[in-house]
Amino acid sequence: MKILVCISKTPDTTAKIAFADNNTKFASDGVQWIINPYDEWYALVRAIELKEANPAISIHLVNVGLADSEPIIRKALALGGDEAFRINADGSDSFYVASQIANLAKEKQYDLIFTGKETIDFNGSSIGAMLSALLDLPFVSHATKFDVDGEKAVISREIDGGEEINKVAFPLVVSCQKGMAEQRIPNMKGIMGARTKPLQVIEAASISNYTSVVSFEMPPAKAGVKLVSADTPEELVRLLHDEAKVI
Amino acid sequence: MSILVFIDQSEGLLKKSSFEAACYGAETAKIMGTDAQAIVIGECKEDLSQLGNYGISKVHHITDNNLQHFDAQVYSNVIFNACNSIGAEVVIFSNNTTGKAIGPRLSVQLEAGLVSGAVALPNLTNGFIVKKSVFSGKAFANIGINTNKKIISVNPNSFSINKTNNTATVSSLQVSSTSSKVEVLAVNKVTGDIPLGEADIVVSGGRGLKGPENWGLVTDLAELLGAATACSRPVADVHWRPHHEHVGQTGLAIAPNLYIAVGISGAIQHLAGVNRSKTIVVINKDPEAPFFKAADYGIVGDAFEVMPKIIEAVKKLKSQS
Ligand SMILES: Cc1cc2nc3c(=O)[nH]c(=O)nc-3n(C[C@H](O)[C@H](O)[C@H](O)COP(=O)(O)OP(=O)(O)OC[C@H]3O[C@@H](n4cnc5c(N)ncnc54)[C@H](O)[C@@H]3O)c2cc1C
Ligand SMILES: Nc1ncnc2c1ncn2[C@@H]1O[C@H](COP(=O)(O)O)[C@@H](O)[C@H]1O
Repeated sequence: MKILVCISKTPDTTAKIAFADNNTKFASDGVQWIINPYDEWYALVRAIELKEANPAISIHLVNVGLADSEPIIRKALALGGDEAFRINADGSDSFYVASQIANLAKEKQYDLIFTGKETIDFNGSSIGAMLSALLDLPFVSHATKFDVDGEKAVISREIDGGEEINKVAFPLVVSCQKGMAEQRIPNMKGIMGARTKPLQVIEAASISNYTSVVSFEMPPAKAGVKLVSADTPEELVRLLHDEAKVI
Repeated sequence: MSILVFIDQSEGLLKKSSFEAACYGAETAKIMGTDAQAIVIGECKEDLSQLGNYGISKVHHITDNNLQHFDAQVYSNVIFNACNSIGAEVVIFSNNTTGKAIGPRLSVQLEAGLVSGAVALPNLTNGFIVKKSVFSGKAFANIGINTNKKIISVNPNSFSINKTNNTATVSSLQVSSTSSKVEVLAVNKVTGDIPLGEADIVVSGGRGLKGPENWGLVTDLAELLGAATACSRPVADVHWRPHHEHVGQTGLAIAPNLYIAVGISGAIQHLAGVNRSKTIVVINKDPEAPFFKAADYGIVGDAFEVMPKIIEAVKKLKSQS
């Protein structure tokens, strides 16, 4: 079985959010880049666990990004990917990115494609569904558990107000979130091994952008907290009722 | 040319987020000088003409055996066929789990640019620009859609429902569908609870509550207020509360009218999931807790002393009204 895990690069969760060039670009100076947490903790680690249970599985990684993505791709290889592809493009449009990944997937014929449920920077939550359309495959989103049962996958997925258990034949696309696996840290052997694992750079196909970023904005600042004394908590209830009118 | 709103339902009942999407579609239709129509897929227990109250002129109801349960592939194929038959140029979804699973799929099929997580109506003065939430609620981006057809999915609780008194015409629409490749083995609903993503009020607890045995402080208040309950990540990680209650950067992102945080420090990853809430109340014994910087109201105090008094005060308030 061949699994493709889609890996995106995002600012660290504690990074300061600010914009440059007249609010048209994310100010990346001094920002620490990480593997998008959904891709790393849930999609990739679950793929690695499946491989640990069945060594016949191979794990490919793909990133659509420029050379500055390579440290995070190497980290993903250190955690346990077998081979990686970097499609050399700086894409912010979801259709553009998904189309690049779909081209690779058509050539390699994966049995399973894992994405994260969304990136923590653009919050698109689109790539997985778009891949499933471009490849005409079934799509199970927001997966919280994934197991292989013979020729089929058994997947728990979040629905509004609960969960649903699905059974689907391969090949398919799955977007992953919390519950799939537990976070891991790469060990020394993994880190050493990752240096020599294949990382192939592919030139991007020419594809049109459906959308473009015009500008960014910061939300208006909060007025500041109104503190109520711990001796009179009922005053808080009064304020929420009379002033904020929320209860 | 028309605007088509996808109306999501759960077990035959329309979701609140669907009414928000309908109102958003109706307002967008006004800006564009057209009307807003709706599509409902699968059997429904509710009277669909009520969608007129939310600005919808016409409801297309599609039912057939392939549509008994939700499948992203099957549903987006059906909506694609419906868009072609209706002549829809703009399609609106709620950015909930259903909308996230089908909106982007439809985007590829219709060759329509998608903005997911919209927080405001499109701006047509210079192109077609939609404001969306980015960096997990810490900022906004204005995104231009370059294609002729467009898809917008609206963040739940970010667009207010404006109810009028109208009826929509309802007719069934015949479009071809494909059979599902996804077999549903089970559906486990968290019965009785209010879905966290749709709740107006959320009461949330953190590690400051010390253990699951103290959660009555959160659930009692939530019950009185008709609120959903949530928690910080470490609380779900140690299984004091179920995983689906975890909010934040790696959990659910919510935007209720009122978010009450009890014994939560307000780490940046937690705030990422709740900072779009309209009013934030923080109860924490540490005056230096970072959450106070993001709060509208707060009490510096011990939750074990403060919460029972708050619960009493709310009981009194409820008995008066
Ligand atoms: C990549 C990444 C992603 C993350 N994603 C998330 C996420 O999605 N959601 C999330 O929540 N966290 C997330 N975290 C974890 C986050 O950084 C914090 O560790 C976490 O939110 C802390 O939870 P807490 O506030 O419940 O606990 P603590 O930080 O332990 O805070 C407990 C608070 O309770 C107060 N307290 C103690 N006793 C009392 C009392 N008797 N009465 C009143 N107050 C009291 C304390 O003053 C303290 O402020 C993430 C971390 C990382 C690195
Ligand atoms: N540039 C990229 N390269 C590879 N995978 C990506 C890229 N962007 C997004 N993805 C994948 O798609 C998922 C959803 O991203 P998004 O739709 O952009 O929120 C991410 O969690 C990744 O798994």
